Amino acid sequence: MAAITLKSVGKTYAGGVNAVRGIDLDIADGEFLVLVGPSGCGKSTLLRMVAGLETITDGEIAIGGRVVNEVEPAERDIAMVFQNYALYPHMSVRQNLAYGLKNRKMAKEEISRRVDEAARILEIGAFLDRKPKALSGGQRQRVAMGRAIVREPSCFLFDEPLSNLDAKLRVQMRGEIKQLQARLGTTSIYVTHDQLEAMTLAHRLVVLNGGKVEQVGTPLEVYRRPASTFVASFIGSPAMNLMPARAEGAVAHVGAARVQLEIPAEGAMTLGLRPEDLRAVVPGTEGALHLKTAYVEELGAQRLVHGTVEGTPFGCAMPSDAALADELYLAAEPGAAHAFDAQDGRRLG
Amino acid sequence: MKRTHFRNKILPYLLIAPQLAITIVFFLWPAGEAVLQSFQQEDAFGLKTSWVGLANYSDLFSDPVYIQSLEVTVVFTIAVTAAALIVALLLALAVDRAVKSGPAYTTLLVWPYAVAPAVVGVLWWFLFNPTIGILPYLLSLVGYHWNHALNGTDAMILVVIASAWPQVSYNFLFFVAGLQSIPASMREAAAIDGAGPVKRFFTITLPLLSPTTFFLTVVNFVYAMFATFPVIHATTKGGPAGSTDILVFKVYNDGFIGLNLGSSAAQSVVLLVIVIALTVIQFRFVERRVQY
Repeated sequence: MAAITLKSVGKTYAGGVNAVRGIDLDIADGEFLVLVGPSGCGKSTLLRMVAGLETITDGEIAIGGRVVNEVEPAERDIAMVFQNYALYPHMSVRQNLAYGLKNRKMAKEEISRRVDEAARILEIGAFLDRKPKALSGGQRQRVAMGRAIVREPSCFLFDEPLSNLDAKLRVQMRGEIKQLQARLGTTSIYVTHDQLEAMTLAHRLVVLNGGKVEQVGTPLEVYRRPASTFVASFIGSPAMNLMPARAEGAVAHVGAARVQLEIPAEGAMTLGLRPEDLRAVVPGTEGALHLKTAYVEELGAQRLVHGTVEGTPFGCAMPSDAALADELYLAAEPGAAHAFDAQDGRRLG
Repeated sequence: MKRTHFRNKILPYLLIAPQLAITIVFFLWPAGEAVLQSFQQEDAFGLKTSWVGLANYSDLFSDPVYIQSLEVTVVFTIAVTAAALIVALLLALAVDRAVKSGPAYTTLLVWPYAVAPAVVGVLWWFLFNPTIGILPYLLSLVGYHWNHALNGTDAMILVVIASAWPQVSYNFLFFVAGLQSIPASMREAAAIDGAGPVKRFFTITLPLLSPTTFFLTVVNFVYAMFATFPVIHATTKGGPAGSTDILVFKVYNDGFIGLNLGSSAAQSVVLLVIVIALTVIQFRFVERRVQY
């Protein structure tokens, strides 16, 4: 167990590419932190820097109060779960789990005690003597986690561990990782590009974009108060609607439609409305958003109506029994409007 | 596997006829001829041929010169294979670390494979020539007097180096490809698991390379036993005193120089059996891949 501190951490590759820039983070002992962002945002690089697989070109990383910039991966007291699991194909599951312990010259009895314990927790006892090749994707995933937990490290690092699984298994393993982490209480850093995984797993999530932190916060904070249009469009599914608007006082004007803002603003701005924060109103209502329907996605519990409002692509989530029409008139729930700067996309207020 | 069905009954036979003709004329016929001759003896002028049964074979295996040739072949084959594999693996490991310069380096290392075997022999013969060679001169500086024309061990070292040299290129290519097919995350996981570079090599890299290594071992065995004739012919001619007289060279020497056709044919059949055995091993194990 250990806290992890990142102080203005940066990574510049030999070619001059800035993959990660000035990251400051304090990860509390036992916290589950998720790094989320689109591909190429630097999240994996950052994780690999914590692991010691990439050199740190700027700043400082400390694990449990010890600066680890010059420390070998093996000495950092971390364990990592890789996207492709990286199980050793020529070793049995038992040997895979024991490999890291054997390298550390641990006593045989202790190794077999820990392997059995990990196998019990992850329910992989039945195939300890099989080779990874003979396991299903989900089982391999468990073995990869087993290899991390037998080490009893101070920190788990997960690099998109679920992206090779099918959708159903992914949801199941997501739940298991969450429970396992809660039970062991080990500080964890988890990298994903999947906002749903980020939302469901994180105690706190860090949204990265272009190698920089866009926002840090609990999943609900980030969902409710996205710090920028980037975060707003990335977190939440279906994505938030963003459209150019003109503010007067505390009212945003989109064509003839008017939306009440939380804070006063003037001039050009970007208005953000989540699809789930909209409701249909009587056609022709004064100041309502006028949606021209293009197509509808049925999700069962709700239906997603996609179309355009004033020429901007726009979606809204309706109850599954809502009436459909070529044109819908929509109003935003009170307090649902997000206002962003028209130029830099930062949140206003 | 995709199967093609021909409507015409004769066409498929016509299509494989050229290949079959070549196989029959150049492989099956001479091989059959060799098997036949191995049971016969001919007089010195080729006037009379008599059937002698297994006499050629029993003579062969009671002949100390042939037994020596067998031993020489075993030593030579193992030495060439080991040298070519180990040097190639070391070079491949070096290339695997060099990301940018890798392709250029790889290209350069493949060149020796394009040198004709006889030229390879002559090249090393010059380098090791006791009178004008640079290497014996350098060796003399440390007090060793190299002479492969007199010293059997020197001769063996010369033919092993000359034979392994072009083969290093071939093995190197396979090792580079094999190393690149090992996911980087495997080595990273091992690094996190506390294995140092040497331990990683022996516990992760080498076992994962084992299919490549096994394949190359068989290929190198075949090469060293059967394809090194030009190198031997251009350098030592089997000498001194038979110390580099490998089986293939002895077949040629006894048959075409000594004109002992019966014995030479029997030796060819022995080689044939060895080739068949190696081919079976290759198909049984390599084609199915070494399982891990």
